[in-house]
Amino acid sequence: MEVVTTKIEVTANMPATKNEIAMQLKDVSVAFSGRTAVRDVTFDVEEKKVTSLIGPSGSGKTTLLRALNRLHDLTKGAVVEGQILLGDTDVYNDKLPTTLLRSRIGMVFQRPNPFPTMSIYDNVVSGLRFNGIKKKSLLDEAVESSLIAAALWDSVKGRLKNGGTTLSGGEQQRLCIARALAVEPEILLMDEPTSSLDPISTKAIEDLMGELKNRVTIVIVTHNMQQAARVSDNCAFLLMGDDRAGELIEFAETTKIFNNPSDSRTLDYIQGRFG
Amino acid sequence: MQTKEPGIHGSSEVAERVSHSATSDRPYKIVLKGAAFFFGAVVLIFVWSVLHAAWPALKQNGYHLITGTAWVAGGNGPFGAFSLILDTLITTLIALLIAVPIGISSALALLFLVPPKFRTLGASLVELLAAVPSVVYGLWGLWYLTPWLSHTVQPFLAGITGSNFPFNGPQEGFSLLLAGIVLSVMILPTIVAISRDVISVVPVDLIEGGLSLGATRSQVFTKVILPTSKIGIMGAIVLGAGRALGETIAVAMVIGSNIQMPHSLFSTGGTLASTIATEFGDASGNTGAALAALALILMVITASVNAFARVLTNRAKATA
Repeated sequence: MEVVTTKIEVTANMPATKNEIAMQLKDVSVAFSGRTAVRDVTFDVEEKKVTSLIGPSGSGKTTLLRALNRLHDLTKGAVVEGQILLGDTDVYNDKLPTTLLRSRIGMVFQRPNPFPTMSIYDNVVSGLRFNGIKKKSLLDEAVESSLIAAALWDSVKGRLKNGGTTLSGGEQQRLCIARALAVEPEILLMDEPTSSLDPISTKAIEDLMGELKNRVTIVIVTHNMQQAARVSDNCAFLLMGDDRAGELIEFAETTKIFNNPSDSRTLDYIQGRFG
Repeated sequence: MQTKEPGIHGSSEVAERVSHSATSDRPYKIVLKGAAFFFGAVVLIFVWSVLHAAWPALKQNGYHLITGTAWVAGGNGPFGAFSLILDTLITTLIALLIAVPIGISSALALLFLVPPKFRTLGASLVELLAAVPSVVYGLWGLWYLTPWLSHTVQPFLAGITGSNFPFNGPQEGFSLLLAGIVLSVMILPTIVAISRDVISVVPVDLIEGGLSLGATRSQVFTKVILPTSKIGIMGAIVLGAGRALGETIAVAMVIGSNIQMPHSLFSTGGTLASTIATEFGDASGNTGAALAALALILMVITASVNAFARVLTNRAKATA
């Protein structure tokens, strides 16, 4: 009961038309073979902002994130309910091909996953090539601008023909960010993008996100609360319910979540009493 | 030295165990070294005895043994195995041309398209095919494929080329083409099983990475999965080739056992292995030595194929 009132309150407090909405989640649930993993999540993703999803393990953060670009389509028995709107387009119900959807919603994964058989150059343009772009001048341009945007250009511009996996872990992750940016997505999903990186590489990626949000809307899953506090504008806190399904406890501006949360469970989590 | 402290069992017992373990290593090492030495000796003796048996034919025919096209059996030759080498390579090539695309596609289908409950069934079928003895494939080719080839396939192919090369000549079923087809079925399980194994270890991260960039499934297959697993797939193809090059009885039953220069895919012929199998009863004159020479050539070819595979694999690893 408390949860419901909280949600209404937060929504009411949100500045209604101040910012453009890039994506809307309405009562989104994800179930695998009948077992609900995350349920009834409703919030708006603001354009050109960083939205973080936080919560302990099992709260459904990653499951929710992967629903946004239909990656669950690959999993047999996975069902996504509710409504996810990308602009005016219903991600699941409109006749938008998943290939097109995924070129509008890019993704960066937990572990850097550059294609091991491709050079740095080929990795960056792989998405463009998947989408049928062959013109060399376009590809060259995309490589330079994407690598500059991912703060990797200066260190790799002399060795674009080297394998993508010859880079360090942090550089590989920035290569993957460049690869996602090259397709010029509206939204960039990041699934714990620094969890396998050292502190210096983590800082580099966090700094990068501050600049990236000028050109792309970011949704990031992180289990590092400090990271969520540092990089995000809005924050969704999820928690596993009694039936082991994740639920949205609170969604608000990050400063509110960390300074003055409405729900006592959010406060407990922020203060490190569990999780 | 080990501890002198009286432990639970007392120091003497500990010392005894220590010395026991030191001495018990020795027979173990002797057995291992002996086994390794024995194995090396067997390989040497084996190669030497094949060489020794082939020697009279090598001395008599020299390099004509490889380049010569005349093979006069049942006496003192001459023995020229060029047509046999060609037939061996042609039948293997036909087998690969059929089995590689089908095998890789089947492996991909088994992994990604077939519903999970049918995957085990598919995998068992592949294993079953691999377990069928080659003589059974030979019989199947002889009884079922020969009439099908002569009545349906060969007239159809001849129609395409207007009875010109490579689909010219008699349409009797028995042919290089039929041998290649039978071989393709025989090497298919090897190619499917090994391709499936190496493709299944391609990290899900890479597949999802491709999809998340807007790739279609077939683009993920061709641009991500296949390049990532190409070393292993090459291994699968080479192993298949190795089996096809050396396959004996099934080929002997369908190739028409005829030593002549191939002039068509419909030609009858004989591979190195099948000829050894069909001719070994006749050891008159230098024929036996000539067959041993065929064995030697076959061994050189299969060893080269394996060495080639190793070079490719190393190069692929170096660039990966």
